Amino acid sequence: MKKINREHKVRNFQQAKWDEPIIFELHNAGERGVLLPHVESEIVDCVGDGLSALPASLIRKSAPKLPEISQNRVLRHYLRLSQEMLGGALNVEIGQGTCTIKYSPKINEEIASSPKMTELHPLQDESTVQGILEITHKLDLCLREISGMDYFSFQPGSGTQSLFTMASIVRAFHESNGEGEQRNEIITTIFSHPSQAATAAVKGYKIITLYPDKDGFPDLEKLKEVVSDRTAGFVVANPEDTGIYNTRIKEFTKVVHDAGGICYYDQANANGLLGITRAKEAGFDMCFFNLHKTFSTPHACGGPATGALGVAAKLKEFLPGPIVEKQGDQYTLKSDMKHSIGKVRSFQGVPQMVVRAYAWIRAIGAEGLKDVAEIAVLNNNYLYHHILKIRGASAPYIKGQRLEQVRYSWEQLTRETGVTTDDISRRMADFAHQYWTSHHPYVVPEPFTLEPTESTSKSDLDEYIASLTYIANEAYENPEKVKNAPYNSTIHRVDEQDFFENPEKWAITWRSYLKKSKEIEKIRS
Amino acid sequence: MKELKKVAHPYIPNTVPEIKEQMLKEIGVKTIEELFSGIPEELHYRETLHIPKALSEYELRRYMEGLLSKNTSTTEYLNFLGAGCWNHFIPAICDEINSRAEFVTGYAGDPYEDHGRFQALFEYQSLMAELVDMDVVNVPTFDWAQAASTSIRMATRITNRTDVLLPKTISPDRLKVIKNYCSPYINVSLIDYKEDTGQIDLEDLENKVSSNTAAVYFENPSYLGFLETQGQQISKLAKKHGAITIVGVDPSSLGIVEPPSHYGAEIVCGDLQPLGMHMNYGGGQSGFIATHDDIKFVQEYPSRLFGIAPTVVEGEYGFGDVYYDRTSFAQREKGKEFVGTQTALWGITAGVYLSLMGPEGMYELGKSIMQKSQYAMQQIGSIPNVVASRFESTSFKEFVVDFSYTGKSVKEINKYLLDNRIFGGKDLSEDFPELQQSALFCVTEIHTKEDIDQLVSVIKQCINSK
Repeated sequence: MKKINREHKVRNFQQAKWDEPIIFELHNAGERGVLLPHVESEIVDCVGDGLSALPASLIRKSAPKLPEISQNRVLRHYLRLSQEMLGGALNVEIGQGTCTIKYSPKINEEIASSPKMTELHPLQDESTVQGILEITHKLDLCLREISGMDYFSFQPGSGTQSLFTMASIVRAFHESNGEGEQRNEIITTIFSHPSQAATAAVKGYKIITLYPDKDGFPDLEKLKEVVSDRTAGFVVANPEDTGIYNTRIKEFTKVVHDAGGICYYDQANANGLLGITRAKEAGFDMCFFNLHKTFSTPHACGGPATGALGVAAKLKEFLPGPIVEKQGDQYTLKSDMKHSIGKVRSFQGVPQMVVRAYAWIRAIGAEGLKDVAEIAVLNNNYLYHHILKIRGASAPYIKGQRLEQVRYSWEQLTRETGVTTDDISRRMADFAHQYWTSHHPYVVPEPFTLEPTESTSKSDLDEYIASLTYIANEAYENPEKVKNAPYNSTIHRVDEQDFFENPEKWAITWRSYLKKSKEIEKIRS
Repeated sequence: MKELKKVAHPYIPNTVPEIKEQMLKEIGVKTIEELFSGIPEELHYRETLHIPKALSEYELRRYMEGLLSKNTSTTEYLNFLGAGCWNHFIPAICDEINSRAEFVTGYAGDPYEDHGRFQALFEYQSLMAELVDMDVVNVPTFDWAQAASTSIRMATRITNRTDVLLPKTISPDRLKVIKNYCSPYINVSLIDYKEDTGQIDLEDLENKVSSNTAAVYFENPSYLGFLETQGQQISKLAKKHGAITIVGVDPSSLGIVEPPSHYGAEIVCGDLQPLGMHMNYGGGQSGFIATHDDIKFVQEYPSRLFGIAPTVVEGEYGFGDVYYDRTSFAQREKGKEFVGTQTALWGITAGVYLSLMGPEGMYELGKSIMQKSQYAMQQIGSIPNVVASRFESTSFKEFVVDFSYTGKSVKEINKYLLDNRIFGGKDLSEDFPELQQSALFCVTEIHTKEDIDQLVSVIKQCINSK
């Protein structure tokens, strides 16, 4: 036998490329994907075709132009599309910093797909949903332990919706004290998620954004300057998206409390903190956890999800309803909170994620939660140590002190080679890696944000480092190669400027594409 | 340093003691504790969390299944509840696709890593666009309530006005979401309905609509199940005053019922849950918004909008974000509302569903719902002293049953039904006291004649019981 050489340092990857048509192009008149349950002849005898009951003006005149496709072909189409992407289960998931994409255990998928979960109607009598209510309550108790908060609601459908809920509670709280009009400002920081500012703005708040000092910490002196009797609230992530933990957080929350504001905590970055430090002791009145980040529920291409919202006792009466309460050995839904903001999402949110998150905590246990935090931080610091050795890479602000993630910069590499972080992003696709730059504005020049979580092994980390090192070296030796990437992905470079920014040319649906491409053809000819 | 544990956790590879040590050594740190030195001692939590110790996979399954067994699902009892979440047939392929690991664990990758996600969502937008007959559909938001809320805010920005009019028959929960989303600067007022038909009271609308009205929003079918037949007049009236017409719609009706864009709606929204999502105790909800391809509208979407584009290689379909600068990702508080994780997987699933159904499937779905719900109404209405439906309008899928003349409350009837393994209709007596002892029943394509006859027979027994 010949020894097969497997010593290449980066993955010799080729993304699936099925060259799959758009679903409409699979249309064959008369084909069917699925049949419906039949209508019994006795029913037809009683009511006829059912359609003649419709007012003439409401009868659809022309059928929707959906494609007609056989079942097998539909399945094949979507299976092929699924192969043309990198889910967290497939790739070494490090590149989507701030997203905490950890392993989503398969057993939890199985548990949550029980008909005892999937086939529950949200308005069933409480006596028939004791199981899901009990699980909700039990997860509430776990999150109380982890955060020090007094009560959790699972209604918000994401971190962003949870931030919106908190901004709504801040408003309702001040209104209940007669200060709703006066307190019209919310303070946040530039390295916190854009949703913090955006959701508060929807609630009518003026946004004040704090910038970092030279070490990357939010500026406490600046906070003292801007805080006033107009301050409604302070919202922040800690660690922020830089991965730096604000050591003086307690002073921040005190300054805001002294001015009469509410402090609420975006714990999207909590993965390095489990069992290590809590929201309560840092002085927060509210916090939220993304169950799809810290607590392993899958990201599902961007939801469904849950932003579990914890509040201190004084704010419980402001929560959206219903909330789950335990009375004796029964679980019940309560909606009559005195100052409730009403609702933010239909029914009880996304309960199948509550089931998954609770299952994950039970598979991890108290000690395991601390392991999660410690290993996530160890992995990140290992990555940090090696990335700083890559030519052209840096991590602005204080040296060290990074917890679960780091925002890095290619400033030097871009200056020296002309290769940007966006170029590197596309090139990383050639090696089967996700790679995320950062939200805008790019405060850190040519940014990239990596978060390895506890799920990556040392060899996973080494692989990611090797890929980035390879690309950085390539940028110095052959910058055009990086700039024209990708080569091994499903597709090549897209013309973004022209087709996504120009209303004459953009096509958000297939029908729009057909119209506009015809027009473009006409103009050309 | 605390003693190294001997067993690595299956989810945490680097709990292997030797590897941990090797990594610490490589980065020049003695203990993991050192890495947390940025956290002040007073904030260090030194107690052990009161969380039970870890279960193995088998133990976990036993334990969780034990908890879930305390639920009684709609596969065990007959279900006639709707009211915003509906029991429909779900093709197996919907589940097959939305449980694919690639889609389940995908997130926010770029088009080069996640081509499949972009194409699947672009296709969803395109399929939905055919159903509503409009050119722009968003990557889905949380649910109908959020879709309606955002549609309303879009209208206020487009018109630069702050008043909105909603029908009094709207779902009370949806109204709560909208009110909170609109406060403090958007004024929400309700339009009366005709007592006998449930239809919007045009006179009341005419009195309330003004040059301050940003939008008139109504639903078809309404929350109470009947179809609103005055769409054309309502949208004309709105237009006359410079207001935008928004219609919330149940997409399962659109194989047979005119899409709102045909009677003047400029923004259409609703819930995707009927299109392939399990009810999941309310976790299957997913909101869509659709408009015409008019920059005035497109620029007001907060959502992601995936577009198609050529790549540098002829013959390839590429995808990406259209007009990304609208979003809060790009502009923070200056973006349109906010965007983030919502319900993308349900968008993909709805796309799969519509591809399987095709125009014929959607037609048969609508027709079958009409037939079965009319049969149910007819049978329930034949019970002495029971009125079905309460409104003299055509209903789709849901209808109001008035028990006020039976001497029994909805609560009592539902208790009786429950004891007989039936989830009865949603009790409306608190939310709509004017309807007295009424309940909202839901009948879809999944109900058989036998199911409906069983319901009717148990209602009869209940009414005749002492």
